[in-house]
Amino acid sequence: MTDRLRGKSAIVGTGHAGFGEAHGLTAYDVMAQSALAALDDAGLRLSDVDGLFCTMMEDSMPALMAAEYLGIQPRFIDGTMTGGSSFVNYLTSATMALDAGLCDVALIVYGSNQRTASGKLVTASRPPAYEAPYNPRYPISAYAMAAARHMHEYGTTREHLADVAVAARSWAQHNPEAFERGPLTREDVLGARMVGDPLTVRDCCLVTDGGGAIVMVRAERAKDFLKPPVYVLGSAAESSHRQISQMKDFTVTAACESGKRAFAAAGVSPADIQAVELYDAFTINTILFLEDLGFCAKGEGGAFVEGGRIAPGGALPVNTNGGGLSCVHPGMYGIFTVIEAARQIRGDAPGLQLDGIDLALAHGNGGVLSSQVTAILGSQNTL
Amino acid sequence: MPDATGPDQIFQRALANGEILLPKCKDCGAYHFFPRVLCPHCHGAAISWKRATGAGWVHTTTVVRRKPERGGDYNVCMVELEEGVRMMSRVEGISPENVVIDMAVTAFVGEAEGTPAVLFKPAEA
Ligand SMILES: [Zn+2]
Repeated sequence: MTDRLRGKSAIVGTGHAGFGEAHGLTAYDVMAQSALAALDDAGLRLSDVDGLFCTMMEDSMPALMAAEYLGIQPRFIDGTMTGGSSFVNYLTSATMALDAGLCDVALIVYGSNQRTASGKLVTASRPPAYEAPYNPRYPISAYAMAAARHMHEYGTTREHLADVAVAARSWAQHNPEAFERGPLTREDVLGARMVGDPLTVRDCCLVTDGGGAIVMVRAERAKDFLKPPVYVLGSAAESSHRQISQMKDFTVTAACESGKRAFAAAGVSPADIQAVELYDAFTINTILFLEDLGFCAKGEGGAFVEGGRIAPGGALPVNTNGGGLSCVHPGMYGIFTVIEAARQIRGDAPGLQLDGIDLALAHGNGGVLSSQVTAILGSQNTL
Repeated sequence: MPDATGPDQIFQRALANGEILLPKCKDCGAYHFFPRVLCPHCHGAAISWKRATGAGWVHTTTVVRRKPERGGDYNVCMVELEEGVRMMSRVEGISPENVVIDMAVTAFVGEAEGTPAVLFKPAEA
């Protein structure tokens, strides 16, 4: 996305459903409930939707399944599957489609019932041929090896990783929508069951059900809806690999490039961002993305998150809903980074609402640090 | 059995014969892994095969924790070969916690999940 598209589209509705455990519901049920919630938030109906942006974990043609389930016949459809980053990526394609007049109402939507269905990650992906014989536990082993390398090169510690989980939990404790709200200390994280060294189970995201949805329109009609519009100021993607064994530098992600271009498109810098919503599938993610997006230098992410600096009242608000670590993680978390960023800007965040948020960043990660997508969202004041 | 033709077949057939072959680009001279019909560095399509020296170093590593009754903990790591390519594998012959970054290792053809696979052991000092 270039700056030609800056502020051309706006989020006018967000919704979610099935957080935690959605007993008795299928993934598509949760998807549809999320869609209805977001359309209700905007004051629109499913019959208004003519652009659909969707992928799911369990099928090879999930966008078609979703359109069929919803009873709509979209004239623009994007089911690009880049993992959890897909839903941040759809901000770009939805903006392009809206701007080109290829659709008028864009619905981005996702749903999953992985917790109640199986209790673990559900995926239609096949194990990579040159990795599968060694039985890496997907995706934990990949992130564990990135964390191990970061610790080796930069002296990042398990305590640093633990502080990311503790900060996420302290945000979640204020959020009634969050799945895990009990107390969590650094010692709890360090002493938890090791699942893939150096990551314990508390360094890993939740396994929950849940769905989310976003409604977007062209900016010129964005003020006609129920809630204050949230504009897409810039969004950009970069993809570096699919299999973890193909990652060139285990301590540097393509977020360096996606972030640079998203900031350039929006015409702002990291210092301007008031709330940061990152895809924290594992504690190392938060550290990597803070570095790669330019909030601190490479290698300094550990010190940056230490001692509550990204927790409520800290230097930088990060993952203000509790993130994938403590709020919700239904297989793919990406859409919730956008929803929380938008709600902080609108002023109706479910947990701690920060004061006067005009600029927020949402960052999606897909695969195993493979696909990175950064979006910068802004209020009316930022246009 | 027909002759191996595709890059994956060539690699797997060599493994079955106890040999580790690596694809090397005839145009730019760089090795790559996994095997494919083009060079990911310069995109040339002329690929030759060279026998790996077997020398490598652990680039990063993890211990996959597993209940003892299901087989216990095991190592998964990335090894950087002397030829400049990395592959996922495991180091055998030592406990998984003792596999550390930068340790020198030597490749051998063993078996993983019932098929021939490149495995590593600590290099002789
Ligand atoms: Zn080449």
